[in-house]
Amino acid sequence: MKGYGIKKFYDKHRPKFEKGGKLHAFQSVYEGFESFFYVSEATTTKGSNIRDYIDLKRTMIFVVLAVVPTLLFGMFNIGYQHFKALGLLETTSFINVFVYGLLRVLPVIIVSYLVGLGIEFAFAQIKGHEINEGYLVTGILIPLVLPINTPLWMVAVAVAFSVIIAKEAFGGTGMNIWNPALVARAFLFFAYPAHMSGDEVWIRLGNQAGSVADGFSGATPLGLALTGSVDYNVWDAFWGFIPGSIGETSTFAILLGAIFLIVTGIGSWKIMLSTTLGAVVTGMLINAFAVNPFMEIPFWHHLFLGGFAFGAVFMATDPVSAAQTNRGKWIYGFLIGVLAIIIRVLNPAYPEGVMLAILLMNTFAPLIDHYVVQGNIRRRLKRAAANG
Amino acid sequence: MSDREHLFSRKNLDLLKNPLGPSNPITVQVLGICSALAVTAQIKPAVVMSISVVIVTALANLIISLLRNTIPNRIRIIVQLVVIASLVILVDQVLKAFVYDVSKQLSVFVGLIITNCIIMGRLEAFALANKPWPSFLDGLGNGAGYGLILIIVAFFRELLGSGSVLGYNVVEKIGLDKIGYENNGLMVLSPMALITVGIIIWIHRSRDRSLIEDK
Repeated sequence: MKGYGIKKFYDKHRPKFEKGGKLHAFQSVYEGFESFFYVSEATTTKGSNIRDYIDLKRTMIFVVLAVVPTLLFGMFNIGYQHFKALGLLETTSFINVFVYGLLRVLPVIIVSYLVGLGIEFAFAQIKGHEINEGYLVTGILIPLVLPINTPLWMVAVAVAFSVIIAKEAFGGTGMNIWNPALVARAFLFFAYPAHMSGDEVWIRLGNQAGSVADGFSGATPLGLALTGSVDYNVWDAFWGFIPGSIGETSTFAILLGAIFLIVTGIGSWKIMLSTTLGAVVTGMLINAFAVNPFMEIPFWHHLFLGGFAFGAVFMATDPVSAAQTNRGKWIYGFLIGVLAIIIRVLNPAYPEGVMLAILLMNTFAPLIDHYVVQGNIRRRLKRAAANG
Repeated sequence: MSDREHLFSRKNLDLLKNPLGPSNPITVQVLGICSALAVTAQIKPAVVMSISVVIVTALANLIISLLRNTIPNRIRIIVQLVVIASLVILVDQVLKAFVYDVSKQLSVFVGLIITNCIIMGRLEAFALANKPWPSFLDGLGNGAGYGLILIIVAFFRELLGSGSVLGYNVVEKIGLDKIGYENNGLMVLSPMALITVGIIIWIHRSRDRSLIEDK
């Protein structure tokens, strides 16, 4: 088959990357980019010969598409919060606001992809694997869960840590126990706490920090609630006009992504729904026994605040680290919701409990699956014996 | 004539050398992890801890080996414990007398040397069945193998976590803090000790392939 354009380019240069060619050391890079543009021509030689057209690459690209609304809104919100803090919002055009955010978010994304893909390529080459597309998603999720003021070298260190320790050490894409993007965030949260919480990290002020408007506070609603002052507009939180990590503020944009994931069948609606249920039930219980202003926050507000929606839609549903069985997904998601709200409200040190809740349940997901499968086997054995 | 071995014969030297590499108590046998996590936030306590463990393992091995033919088999664990406990108390008292601040930093972990599986393991596996001199070397080797890993872990944890080496602030000296570098708070917490030990095991196994189990 004679190809055109890019295909021709790849065919022409293929011999250089094959065994014995002078660029063999970069073979995995070559293959990685080729399969980025084209479906792999490799066919099975035995066993099943019919394969689903949705391979790992398509799955990953769908997830990346699903976070686009969040990403775009995140960029806008970075600019919005910046000009709002300076009191210049009325006099700045929409385009300027967006471009300000775009220019601040872009370096984080570039660093995340450069470091992460660099390490993945190196490992693929050393081990003689193909490059997996797994990092395409992780690489965009990591910037979205970080505060805008995270120094770029910290992003690089966290990405390296999560790719090497949380992923490659366990055997690469598909073998990791924890969601790599959350590991990167947890790493930063514990390693550099001053850059991951407080009221100075969420809004980029640049060198105009001295000229903020009167009465301005850069704390997130949850950060404020900790100090006892519950002060936010819940609809601002829903649409996303609040300070927070780059991609987590707009529940609306996240819902768009969620619908996309559910319609395409990539994300599990069971996990999203059960996580929400868990949070609602726990939120109601805490409301019923509230003793401080934080506990009195209406339960449904929690769904819009902090990283809850983002975690439930994009993090908890990670097909690798989540529970695999259907019943397991309900249990897994429900417990994430329960733990997220408990950690958020009852532990003053960690207002962002969603991250820890998901990582904890990632750890237990294989155990949940084990018992679901065992229970199924037992029930069927019993039925077989009864019919026997 | 034939059973009189040279003091530093190849076999005896191996007893001393192997625990540093292919049969390291921490990275290969995965013993003594608890204290490896607890005392490695800084180099100084790790060094003191290592020396203490070397002394206790070497002397306990020697004493038990001397007594090995007189210890009734059924109460051997109690006898071993008495010997280890006495040695640990001696070490603890010496530390309190001469390096009080480090002793306070190590707190219960000096006392907990008693429960360090490496010591008991060597007594059971080696000293009870071997002559005093090889037993002494074996204790010395295993203590040193433990100490080696402890000090490597402590070096990285102190360097990356507190930015210093043996209390000397390297980061400030080079001026890294002025260009935005910050110490990694996670390195000071014990989970990172576990991960550091894990990385050492990873490197150790990929350098010495004979350590990798068959699947």
